[in-house]
Amino acid sequence: MGAYIVRRLAWLPLILFVVSFATFTLARYGPGDPISVAAGQIRDPEVLERVRAERGLDRPIPQQYVTWVTKAIQGDFGESYLQQGFSVSELIFPRMWISAQLGFVALIIVFAVGIPLGLLAARLAGTWMDPMIIGTLLFLQAIPVLVVIPPLTWLFAVELGWLPVGGWDGIFHVWWIGGVIAIPVPDPHLYIPLVAFTLPGFVGVARLVRVSALEVNLSDYVRTARAKGLSETAVQFRHVLPNSLLPLITVVGFALAGIIEGALFVETLLGINGIGRFTFEAVTSRDYDIILATTVIFATVFVLTNLLAEICYGFVDPRVRIGASRG
Amino acid sequence: MTATTLPDPATSPGPLARREGESEWSIVWRRLRRKRLAMIALGVIGLIYGLGLFAPLLAPYSYNEINLDRSLEGPSRDHLLGTDRLGRDMLSRTMYSARTTIIVTTAVVLSGSLIIGNVLGLLAGYRGGWVDTLVMRLGDIFSGLPSLIMLILINVTLGPRVTEAMRWVEDHTFIDGLVASGFASYMLVFGALSLFFWVGTARIIRAQVLTLRENDFVLAAESSGAGPWRIIRYHLLPNVSFLIILSVSATLGGIAGSEIVLTWFGVGVQPPAASFGAMLFEGSGPRTFQANPHLLLVPGAVVTALLFAFNLLGDALNDAIRAR
Repeated sequence: MGAYIVRRLAWLPLILFVVSFATFTLARYGPGDPISVAAGQIRDPEVLERVRAERGLDRPIPQQYVTWVTKAIQGDFGESYLQQGFSVSELIFPRMWISAQLGFVALIIVFAVGIPLGLLAARLAGTWMDPMIIGTLLFLQAIPVLVVIPPLTWLFAVELGWLPVGGWDGIFHVWWIGGVIAIPVPDPHLYIPLVAFTLPGFVGVARLVRVSALEVNLSDYVRTARAKGLSETAVQFRHVLPNSLLPLITVVGFALAGIIEGALFVETLLGINGIGRFTFEAVTSRDYDIILATTVIFATVFVLTNLLAEICYGFVDPRVRIGASRG
Repeated sequence: MTATTLPDPATSPGPLARREGESEWSIVWRRLRRKRLAMIALGVIGLIYGLGLFAPLLAPYSYNEINLDRSLEGPSRDHLLGTDRLGRDMLSRTMYSARTTIIVTTAVVLSGSLIIGNVLGLLAGYRGGWVDTLVMRLGDIFSGLPSLIMLILINVTLGPRVTEAMRWVEDHTFIDGLVASGFASYMLVFGALSLFFWVGTARIIRAQVLTLRENDFVLAAESSGAGPWRIIRYHLLPNVSFLIILSVSATLGGIAGSEIVLTWFGVGVQPPAASFGAMLFEGSGPRTFQANPHLLLVPGAVVTALLFAFNLLGDALNDAIRAR
């Protein structure tokens, strides 16, 4: 097991190097030298040249990269050129926290809804309900997030006035009953983004659970469980469910990818001040240092999650790590 | 994958069994034809692609014919699907957007899947050793990246460079109108997408080649002195070509969706070229939706239908091929 983890971890620095170097080079080759963008009216070439030298932008790219990486590892991603006076990390980290909370809740819901639906579909295999469930989920996946959000906000926020139009106010609100009992309730800002995040994700989880549950449903120990008179619910939850969950570890990475990428649209459309909306703004205003930082952070989170999923998979299923050492 | 628990159609006698001397293509097609949903999906894709392909003949207006007197109209006899903010006909815009989708998906499938993915997959599978390791690790890196964000970055930074290069070509050769026609942005979009959409094909092809190369006919070719390129071209490629359809159908939706999303972000296909991404962007926002729902619903319905059809077809093809 130790050797397996080491082998997997050995890839990490290489991948992170490739990602960050590619990203850095791309960002530096982008048009519109950040200095002249920030300078605006100042057109004195001497001043521009001096500032450029101060920030090290006149040095060769590999050298700039080394400087950038050394600082980035310490959490210093430079200064935003367009929001003067703010460091990139000052701008990024609070927003990442919002996105992480939202993404985490969405991830839980994707699994909490997808798993039972997958079990149900497997249980109903052979009837019209099975293709119906999977087909419906496939349809939900096909509707772009961009199309889902405007009608939802129009209906629930503008027309009915039940939910706020957008924004973010934490995950929970606390209702005090008589000033003594505190009941945490989900914040109303949560519902629309969560629907948008989770609708496309269900099908991946449900399908995977369905496939492995189909197999487990036919196994000897499930037949024994049924034969000894266990109720169907007990069979499903005690025997089928735990044995169908194994492959799910591999989709955590994919599900997270969907959520990270979905954040770009959901947060932008709903005015949630998270990392996705921030990236959108940085892209539209060509703030390269921010684009660079968010891309590298996104990629790192992504790579780390996949790695973690792989290690967990190797941990619970020994066949994987033996196969990996041979191949 | 479900085939492990259900009776295997390939071995059980019946209409799904393999007939004597039948090609892989025709078996897959025969199995696919039996699935009603797959046929409907194929019909939907055919319809949307047909409308896009023949847009110049079928569209009632040009995709860029501005008529400010008639902006933001609902459906009428003149404009069956209404008009947008600039008074452009939505039906024509939709057809030309489908055309953009066709151009991008075809180009990316050709360059990404068919050329890069196929060649790398064949090479990795046949040569093995360090070639295999290199190709597969490269694939791991690419599939381990958040592709959308990388694509946005590539398009943001390289977009102006590509436009510059195209301008240079226009200035120094007799070729004209590269930038104005949006050709530069098309090139960039499919160049960038190809980078990320070869991995699936390469993996599928490699896996198949790994088993194929143990066959006697490869050994026979090798012992009669055929070089690696000849073996790959004449002995391996014909045996994996039907599998390519599988990876193509699996990636089509992703490619089409990526273009739409990139354009929505403003870094994909540039105006005035029509794209579903641009149309969706114009229709987003609850107030816009309240006042002019057709701005969002028209492109939204077409895109959803197209992506759903891609999903269904991909699923059915997967079943048809895996059941061999």
